[in-house]
Amino acid sequence: MSTTQPRAAAGRGVRTFLAQHRDYVPVMATAVLFALTLEAGNYRYLDFLAGQTIANLFVDNAFLLVIAVGMTFVILTGGIDLSVGAVAALSTMLCATLVEQHGWPPALVIPLVLAAGGLIGGAMGYAIHHFEVQPFIATLAGMFFARGLCYLISTNAIPIDDPVFTTLAQSHVTFPGGVFISWSVVIALAVVAVAFLTLHYTGFGRAVYAVGGNAQSALLMGVPVGRTVIRAYTVSGLCSALGGVLFTLYTLSGYSLHLVGTELDAIAAVVIGGTILAGGSGYVLGTLLGVLVLGVIKTIITFEGTLSSWWTKIAVGTLLFAFVLLQRLMTSRRRA
Amino acid sequence: MPPTVARLAGHRLFWPLALLAALLVTNVAYTPDFFSIQIRDGHLFGSLVDILRLGSPLLLVALGMTLVIAIGGIDLSVGAVVAISGAVACLNISDLADQQSVGGVVVAVLLALGVCVALGVWNGVLVAGIGMQPIIATLILMVAGRGVAQMITSGRIVTVNSEPYHLIGGGYELGLPLSVVIAAAVLVLTGLVVRRTALGLLLESVGGNREASRLVGIRARGLTIAVYAFCALCAAGAGLMVSSNVAAADGNNAGLWIELDAILAVVIGGTSLTGGRFHLGGTAIGALVIQTLSTTVYTVGVPPESTLVFKALVVMAVCLLQSPAFRAKVLSRKLPRRSDTGVGAPAAGTATSTGSSRSSTPASAAQSPKEATTL
Repeated sequence: MSTTQPRAAAGRGVRTFLAQHRDYVPVMATAVLFALTLEAGNYRYLDFLAGQTIANLFVDNAFLLVIAVGMTFVILTGGIDLSVGAVAALSTMLCATLVEQHGWPPALVIPLVLAAGGLIGGAMGYAIHHFEVQPFIATLAGMFFARGLCYLISTNAIPIDDPVFTTLAQSHVTFPGGVFISWSVVIALAVVAVAFLTLHYTGFGRAVYAVGGNAQSALLMGVPVGRTVIRAYTVSGLCSALGGVLFTLYTLSGYSLHLVGTELDAIAAVVIGGTILAGGSGYVLGTLLGVLVLGVIKTIITFEGTLSSWWTKIAVGTLLFAFVLLQRLMTSRRRA
Repeated sequence: MPPTVARLAGHRLFWPLALLAALLVTNVAYTPDFFSIQIRDGHLFGSLVDILRLGSPLLLVALGMTLVIAIGGIDLSVGAVVAISGAVACLNISDLADQQSVGGVVVAVLLALGVCVALGVWNGVLVAGIGMQPIIATLILMVAGRGVAQMITSGRIVTVNSEPYHLIGGGYELGLPLSVVIAAAVLVLTGLVVRRTALGLLLESVGGNREASRLVGIRARGLTIAVYAFCALCAAGAGLMVSSNVAAADGNNAGLWIELDAILAVVIGGTSLTGGRFHLGGTAIGALVIQTLSTTVYTVGVPPESTLVFKALVVMAVCLLQSPAFRAKVLSRKLPRRSDTGVGAPAAGTATSTGSSRSSTPASAAQSPKEATTL
């Protein structure tokens, strides 16, 4: 969809460049798409490109960004994690119930919640690697499990008015010009940076790519496949839990029905960001772009006013389709 | 164990049936007249009939899902299709001048089924034609489909007041709820078609190894598309039952989570998720287990919220029992013939587990041992 246009207009130089940097094509397509959606919004609405609108893209999607970063790790290994939304919802519930109903200090609760998320992710990774359960079904069970735990804690929403949480939620980082972002954005961007460094400059990161590229070859080369897979799912669980904490700050409540369907948004963001679903190829910065594209689409639909919320789902589905198709075309050409 | 008991326990339907029996007995302990069935107005009434009636949409969806899983796929979009089917039917009926006219209702129902078959073909083309992973291909319709369902109903809950339409989900035939009769008929027909002809064998062959099947002359692509279309048709039928039962179409909530229940029913029924084998009878029992479980949760007085945790534990347990690696590593004393624990097993395990997740080509799935399907 988005690539056909520049490709048709592309001269020979661009075409050779694309041929030489095939791995970057999806990311570039996403960047072009991001620019196009921004431009579409700018064309249609006054002040769409105002600093605060852009800042709000980050503010409103910080939690999704963190979750999608975790998902990137898993998809890079060639797996999939359907439990992210449920684990994040469980985090909001745990935060709310422990802080509000049991009076635990937030400084203790937040690390505990993160550990719980990591534990669930690690357990799923363990089952996937050691017992050869398909990632899809193992994480589906994890999704049931986490949602079920939410329901066991409470079926009602629990509002949070703990001073630490409210202060964290309401304080801002203000830039010159009055544009402000919440601390969640800072945390989310830090997560992206750490993920970027991990994936590109550590042994674990290289192992993730190797396992996703070809697990058999990776094993023969001496890559610790099992450890890598389990760690990738642990990272995803951890990121989901952190995403849940950020969402708790965003809504100041815990609810078992929070974040239903987030797994789809996260997968869509990763795929739109150019990570190949088969694993082994993709960039965490692409995921950032993917989240922003989703954010812009949501913003446009909000700005439009008359468009109803279901158009978001249709748009996300269509984008997902277009990008999977693009991937499919690229990978089949690579094999040929 | 005496040999007859051992043989009985080894039968593939033993554990699903045992689970079902255990759930039913649990119910009797809490409601003594659980098994009593009365005849009122010529209809059968009772808890068991209720379980059948409420379970029939799930049974239909699970039937279609079984065949999709048999060919090595998965269909996550059934929930969205359930919603779309109900939405199309209800919208058309609510537009009728006379909602009681049988002809109009039949047209609306056929239209709903037709739309959903087209959606199934779309799924099938994405999987077999373009070669997408089934999870992703159907995920697209799962996301977008719910949006489409809401778009069809304009985000409202469309209510209908049509006697003929209400028959599908609330009518009675031969003393049984019509939905049960429909689901049973589809089950028997499907069973006959796949098991009395070569079709079932062809499906299992495609699920076992698509490329090899194609090379021996099986039209794997056409079969795959047909199976996805059948699955969507089943989901459409379920959608009609659900919406007709409540005389309304809710694009947001109709069929929510039914894909998970359907997959669970299939897995409990002993069909391996790697494809290549399927058991329709097992699926039927699996669907009944799920529905009985929901009923049990209410009769026993456990908070309904705990159902999800329980389901998660059941899925995990069943999947682990199906997993050759788990059986080799944890239950190795019971299965002495699988002696490849130690260094070899993790290596092989890695290759198959990541292999089957990365690409859905059944070639990788076919390498993993298939004896796990007997559960």
